[in-house]
Amino acid sequence: MTLLRTCNLDILVTQRKLIHQLELEIDSGTSWALLGRNGTGKTSLLHTLAKLKPAAAGEIFLKGDSLAELSGKSLARRIGLLFQQGLPVMPKTVSEAAMLGRYSHHQSLWRDDPEDITVVEDALRDFDLTHLSARSIQTLSGGEAQRLALAQLVAQAPSLYLLDEPSNHLDLAHQLRGLRRLKSKVTSQRAALMMASHDINLVSQICDHVLLLMGDGTYLAGPVDKILQEDNLSEAFECRIRRVESGEEAFFFPLA
Amino acid sequence: MLLLTLLAVASVLFSLLSGSVTLSLHDLLNAPFASEESLQLQIVREIRLPRTMAAFLVGGLLSLSGVIMQILLRNALADPFILGVSGGAAVGALTAIFLSSSVFWLYQSAFGGALLSILLVFALANAGKRWSVTRLLLTGVVVSSGWGALINLLLTTSSGNTVQSMLFWLMGDLSHSQASWHSWALLLAGLGGGLALSRALNVLVQGDQNAQTLGVKVEALRITLYLAASILTASAVVIAGSVGFVGLIVPHAIRMLGGRDHRYLIPSAVLLGGSFLVFADSLARTLLAPQQLPVGVVTALIGVPSFILILRNSAAQSS
Repeated sequence: MTLLRTCNLDILVTQRKLIHQLELEIDSGTSWALLGRNGTGKTSLLHTLAKLKPAAAGEIFLKGDSLAELSGKSLARRIGLLFQQGLPVMPKTVSEAAMLGRYSHHQSLWRDDPEDITVVEDALRDFDLTHLSARSIQTLSGGEAQRLALAQLVAQAPSLYLLDEPSNHLDLAHQLRGLRRLKSKVTSQRAALMMASHDINLVSQICDHVLLLMGDGTYLAGPVDKILQEDNLSEAFECRIRRVESGEEAFFFPLA
Repeated sequence: MLLLTLLAVASVLFSLLSGSVTLSLHDLLNAPFASEESLQLQIVREIRLPRTMAAFLVGGLLSLSGVIMQILLRNALADPFILGVSGGAAVGALTAIFLSSSVFWLYQSAFGGALLSILLVFALANAGKRWSVTRLLLTGVVVSSGWGALINLLLTTSSGNTVQSMLFWLMGDLSHSQASWHSWALLLAGLGGGLALSRALNVLVQGDQNAQTLGVKVEALRITLYLAASILTASAVVIAGSVGFVGLIVPHAIRMLGGRDHRYLIPSAVLLGGSFLVFADSLARTLLAPQQLPVGVVTALIGVPSFILILRNSAAQSS
């Protein structure tokens, strides 16, 4: 089933058209990588899909509803966004911060429902934060704070997870393990995800689809194997990129 | 919360019992059952009780407004008066005094001045560009100093008696204060509204964009907070003038005691703010008796060292 569909979507940043007439269909259960050079509009696209900034032209539909008509909690239950800069450092505990993800689900004004508590506990466990749940987030390391931001998003449980460089600050083990757990969560909820990243090797292991932004308004969209080819990547990143296959997996190296 | 409620009750009793006319706790508690009212009890009922209630009300209003302002401006140094609400209210009230209007119109005028101020600041801070905390704060400070100039203008062009009423108004003083029922209704509405929004406030503290994607209608909430803070501040200022430091210190004190969740912070701030001002006013009445100090002097004397302590504490935390 199509979760998100864009129709002639234009993304403009300071009068420059970074993305022109984007036609994108994201089906539930799929994971999309969003790739492109610096300043090709990855973050702008994610923010537009999350309704944080208006589209220059075109329309966005979520399961048939226009994004323009959704707001507040009903929007938050459908779209969640992990910000590139992570969560602000506030005097809060880890579990309090993760609980904020449940804002659009709370039934009671005052009480945290048992379901909210279970979901938050699961999310903290998924990102190896259980032992830190009573810690103040001011004391977390960069990677721990990033895992907390991921846990908050998982607690929010939207239909579409948008992630802006989710592997920031994460060590190698958490990059792969954390994002695999995120993906299995997404798949089991029949949700979908789209992650902007610069780590082609990582996304090729996590994602099944790629949206590759060229920077001049054009783009390539499709299954991983089709898009992640040497010529496409070399053109998009303006640098020669080698693809090396090892068994089932493909790895990518820039050549100086 | 229970402790704070007890503190509130204790502060009220303390206030009712302290003063030039002495009264025992036993007499006070038996007062409702006494067949004949003594002179002491009459004094308490007619003079001390209304003043004590007004002090509690003003303390609660200012603390609640302080909590809201600090969230709105994302600034620990924000207090209820920072955006010029009190300046607007003061200009409104002073104009009413200048024109020798009735108390009713003084209230309306002060209230209108505060509202005008907050709308002016909001409109100017929004003009053409996206709202930002820095813009709002700068605009508020500029408008505030504009009100300051108008206040000085009114003071210098008024005659002796009028100036005295104006000064009473500006200093923050409870000696003639009466808390009207609609101010109590406002405090209760503010408290109820604050509790209803407390989850949204918890999220808003995370920053506008994060709050938006988590499901808070940030723009609408922000406008609500503006109006709420301005109205709460205005009604406090109308009763007692600009009593400083309560709205700044009390929210911090609660946070330092661990109440960062607004579901607890909001009611706690009302209780502690009310109690604090009742205590401060009791001291203002009795420290140099029979001379009375304006309560603003006492809150500042307590507030300044507490504030320095908070600053040192937050500096130590961030380093």
